[in-house]
Amino acid sequence: MWAFIHKLGSPKWFYAISAKLQPWFWAAAALLLIVGSLWGLAFAPADYQQGNSFRIIYVHVPAAFLAQSIFIAMAVSGLVFMVWKIKVADMAAAVMAPLGAAMTFVALFSGAVWGVPTWGTWWMWDARLTSMLILLFLYLGVIALRGAFASRDSASRAASVLAMVGVINIPIIKYSVDWWYTLHQPASFTLTSRPAMPTEMWLPLVIMVLGFYSFFIALTLMRTRSEILRREANKRWVQDLVKGQVEEAR
Amino acid sequence: MSLCLQARQLACERDDRWLFQGLDLDIRSGEIVRIEGPNGSGKTSLLKILSGQLSDYQGELFWNGAAMNEAREHFLANLLYLGHAPGIKSGLSPLENLAWYQALSGESGNEERRLDALEQVGLAGFEDVPAGQLSAGQQRRVALARLTLTPRALWVLDEPFTAIDRHGVADLERQLVAHAQAGGCVLVTTHHELTASPLLRRISLG
Amino acid sequence: MIAVKATLVRDLTLLLRRRGEVLNPLVFFALVITLFPIAISPDPELLAVIAPGLLWVAALLAALLSLDSLFRSDYDDGSLEQLLLAPQPLAALSLAKVAVHWLLTGLPLALMAPILGIMLALPAGSYAVLALSLALGTASLSLIGAIGAALTVGLARGGVLLSLLVLPLYIPVLIFGAGAVQAAIFGDGVAAHLAILGALLAASLMLAPWAIAASLRISING
Repeated sequence: MWAFIHKLGSPKWFYAISAKLQPWFWAAAALLLIVGSLWGLAFAPADYQQGNSFRIIYVHVPAAFLAQSIFIAMAVSGLVFMVWKIKVADMAAAVMAPLGAAMTFVALFSGAVWGVPTWGTWWMWDARLTSMLILLFLYLGVIALRGAFASRDSASRAASVLAMVGVINIPIIKYSVDWWYTLHQPASFTLTSRPAMPTEMWLPLVIMVLGFYSFFIALTLMRTRSEILRREANKRWVQDLVKGQVEEAR
Repeated sequence: MSLCLQARQLACERDDRWLFQGLDLDIRSGEIVRIEGPNGSGKTSLLKILSGQLSDYQGELFWNGAAMNEAREHFLANLLYLGHAPGIKSGLSPLENLAWYQALSGESGNEERRLDALEQVGLAGFEDVPAGQLSAGQQRRVALARLTLTPRALWVLDEPFTAIDRHGVADLERQLVAHAQAGGCVLVTTHHELTASPLLRRISLG
Repeated sequence: MIAVKATLVRDLTLLLRRRGEVLNPLVFFALVITLFPIAISPDPELLAVIAPGLLWVAALLAALLSLDSLFRSDYDDGSLEQLLLAPQPLAALSLAKVAVHWLLTGLPLALMAPILGIMLALPAGSYAVLALSLALGTASLSLIGAIGAALTVGLARGGVLLSLLVLPLYIPVLIFGAGAVQAAIFGDGVAAHLAILGALLAASLMLAPWAIAASLRISING
């Protein structure tokens, strides 16, 4: 078990295994995203209340799911890094933070765009959007903290601790914002908390969510790989690897 | 009581640069061990690792034969560490500063011992002056008063001679030797040349 | 235990000798509250509506103001290293430091808030709740904020970063704190709000000291 965890933690091993996994996730992402968007945007029936504008949930909901999942994944990586000192976990956490912030931004932006036909305004202090906005600030905090340290080791640890503190707080923030929203603005309709969707509407949504997740995994693998090369640039195996590729190119 | 701090295959990597690698150390009662090396060779990092502040190292540490993370409590109860910065609050008087250190080491403390300790480092008469008004050398002496105030077997001193005058240097050197002779041990970094003594041992880094 | 008490006494003595540092957040609080009627309108009816939120936001920012110095001087003069090496658990010692921060920042802010409430035409009947919610809430704020302060103490200019890290985490406390005052104005029960503020405090008390200790250990090796 221990041997396995540490093997998993070896950058070299991770670099090799991720090379094999990566194409599968890219393929899955491409397939799911194409099928999901065609189905969702062209074939799913229009909503009886909102017409075609509801279709933005095929972007908004997966992005919002992913935004939260990435934060959790980042905190778990931070924990793994702190407890077992596995550097790959920290490299993954480092590349996840900007990805998560980008997803949060996509969720916010799509929510704002959706607000125009629905509420007649670009921004509403809707519970979901407000939570998303706070999540964006949490992401920015983690990214800024990592960037502020001169020593990378300390930066990694500090960012890990902050991610863990943040992940404990996310449910508390979400709960309090929901509570605050119901108190101030009862019963206006939001993007997702609606009566059961018909199958032909939610099935493409599920496909899109899976597509977004595959895309995230593929992108994280890819970016972690380049982070490994960057951080291990003066290690023997990376230099051998580069030498091999240079010779091959000749 | 015989003490023994051991390091096996100690290595420290800071941001992809090895400060030192494969370091084996045995530090025992009755020794003064001076860590030498140019600036940036990792002297302070080594002292921080050996005093249990920095956990970011490879290799193993043993205290009296037991692994460090099991013996940590006993180790800390026997350790006195003086860092680069003297750790003296400028808003408090020397007496108040020492009172906090005494409490921090777990003793309820008494005023007479604190006055004694201050007198020994030549600060009689300065007991109630805010430490901010003392010179850098005097502040260092307040910190050094802890050596007599809270007796500990293992002293880890990072540049303890900084800012003190020639007289103070000689006193401190005598104090280090006396401590080693009494069965304590001293781990020290300094740019000051220590007088040769059979108790003195050097370890070079870098 | 001796060490915890001595740390409490030491930090209290230090801060009471530099009264300016203790007074600054209070003056800042009053000043910010003065800005709002000037910027918005002196109309008491309007002010009464926004008073609970204003008082809470201003108090929160005032409490944030003094947070940066919580560990800064200990870091600079080397006593933080000594704190880390004390045989006593670092979590307990840092809790003592946070307690001093609350005693000299949060508590005075809570006591001062009702006076500023009068100036904002805060409706009668909510003054006690205002002070109580602030007293409870600022304790959580000090604990959560100390994590941020511990993470940024090793950075030369950590102040702005500190607010960025800490403010999002303050939001639940703000919601229930300001909510309690509003509930008191509307005559709703405030027990639930205060209970949640208490629960948040209990959770912070249990978890924050460990996070503070871990963060200090990271910062000391910055």
